[in-house]
Amino acid sequence: MTRALIVHRAGPGLSVQDQGRPGYLAYGLSRGGAADRLALVEGAALLEQDESHAALEMVGMGGEFEATEDMRIALTGAPMRASIDGVRVAWSASHSLPAGTRLSIGAAESGTYGYLHLGGGLATPSRLEARSAHMTAGVGAPVQPGSSLPVGEDGNPGSTGLGVDAEPRFDGGEVRFVPSLQTEFFDPAELTRFEAIEFNRDARGNRMGARFLPQGDGFQNETGLSILSEVIVPGDIQITGDGTPFVLLCECQTTGGYPRIGSVLPADLPRVAQAQPGASLRFRLLNLEEAIEVERCEQERRKGLHRTLRPLIRDPRTIPDLLSYQLISGVTAGDDLEKAAK
Amino acid sequence: MTILVSNSGGTPPGAEWPQIRTVGIDGLLVSFGDRLSEPANRAALALRNAIERADWAGVEETSTSMVSTYLRFDPLWQGHAAMRASLRELLGQQDWFAAALPTGRRLWRIPTVYGTDLAPQLNEAAAVAGLSPEEAMVSISQSRVQVQTIGFAPGQPYLGELPPEWDIPRQTALTDKVPIGALTVAIRQITLFSVSAPTGWRHVGQTAISLFRPDDATPFVVRPGDEVLFEPTTAEELANMRASGPDGGATSEVLS
Repeated sequence: MTRALIVHRAGPGLSVQDQGRPGYLAYGLSRGGAADRLALVEGAALLEQDESHAALEMVGMGGEFEATEDMRIALTGAPMRASIDGVRVAWSASHSLPAGTRLSIGAAESGTYGYLHLGGGLATPSRLEARSAHMTAGVGAPVQPGSSLPVGEDGNPGSTGLGVDAEPRFDGGEVRFVPSLQTEFFDPAELTRFEAIEFNRDARGNRMGARFLPQGDGFQNETGLSILSEVIVPGDIQITGDGTPFVLLCECQTTGGYPRIGSVLPADLPRVAQAQPGASLRFRLLNLEEAIEVERCEQERRKGLHRTLRPLIRDPRTIPDLLSYQLISGVTAGDDLEKAAK
Repeated sequence: MTILVSNSGGTPPGAEWPQIRTVGIDGLLVSFGDRLSEPANRAALALRNAIERADWAGVEETSTSMVSTYLRFDPLWQGHAAMRASLRELLGQQDWFAAALPTGRRLWRIPTVYGTDLAPQLNEAAAVAGLSPEEAMVSISQSRVQVQTIGFAPGQPYLGELPPEWDIPRQTALTDKVPIGALTVAIRQITLFSVSAPTGWRHVGQTAISLFRPDDATPFVVRPGDEVLFEPTTAEELANMRASGPDGGATSEVLS
């Protein structure tokens, strides 16, 4: 049997995602890829493999999965209830998924996008240089129940049972932005108010973008609706006709004519994408130099992520064959549980 | 050529072109105007080609919109100041408004059904433009329009410029969805849809061409600088042409 992940049950919007397709902007195709690219970095660190490996993106809800061979997995992004053959397993962690066992992933406890990574990565066919499904472009489609997804050879079938301290980003919070093409069309007082008030994530939103409802009036500007369509990048904060901000995400259109009050820092985009409906956010303006320094620090933090991994502490109550362990004599090396987990 | 550099914002009155502005933390945009004009469009296309040829270190991607050239780079590798300096130097090398159109341009003839239930807003758009539906069809089908940019959706062209009576606004409410191949009009431009999408533009014609073919050797069919004639056909002929393949009866010939 080929090395594959069988999808028995799938939440809506389950899709294969990787780093997306940079380089096609001139052809009208936005980069796409994982809505929370930091989750790909965390998954790669947990499995000690390259960030280019494709993973399954789960939107608010997971599914039920089975491996045809023993595999290593990692779970990142929005925390979801997960179990292997009924035994609860930790999120933001790596685990062994023995062949034939059932991995069940339930609803997100906070945040929106959860990820299931596999040792060796998903090996579905590449189209336009990536495996990512780009829903709005019609490249690829949601994964359906009953699918069998090929998985690449695990180049590093090493350790599992590691956890990573996930950067908190699942409940809204502060989002930093820089000025953008039309920031100067907004009255300084409006810009100040934009930083002062709170916004709630609207239920309307998807991989293209997320709408945020101001706690107060909408934001007016002097451009009217007459500005020429101009390039759009993920992070851009469009102010739509009713004065409501809409933050564009990975699968956004490539050009647009709504004025943009600013652009969210790449480092904070996962926080925007992950915010659940109702989550409260604030925006804070940085200048370009500050923003680039934030980006530099974030890149360094991500590069060092693998050094922060720690072994998971297993709860004895979750070990089904507890009685088979040497618990009485005390003469153990102290790592029996870890060994047993492999 | 004077270049006005603005760190972020909009267009001051009487501003000189081109202008360089930032896009996010890792992009620069060179704009050749704040309204669509053929010279500004040519300038943007030519500058993009020149940047691609220059092959500067740190540059990750370039594109154009109607009158602007976009450049994305790694700001941790190459600072904004250095990238702006490179751009200014390149901008000073020629009169970009006088630049030639890209080479390898083609003339497309794309069979189009005007009006009928396939394109239900011909009458409405004609009325807004002050034309009869028949006059509207003649006006659009006899306008040889040029691809000004590809954008919004993959392989989707913005074409222009239509005669002045077509300076009609977008609708205030969006149409829920137009099908692939929909010919839509607003502000003296045509958008030919490569995907099925909601739009504020009025749907006046329907074609059978597929403009985005992700599994083909040429995934993106039309290019900036290409010219297009939307030649009238009937619903029955269009159905036959649709069945004949992804070109939907469209033909092309090389112009330059």
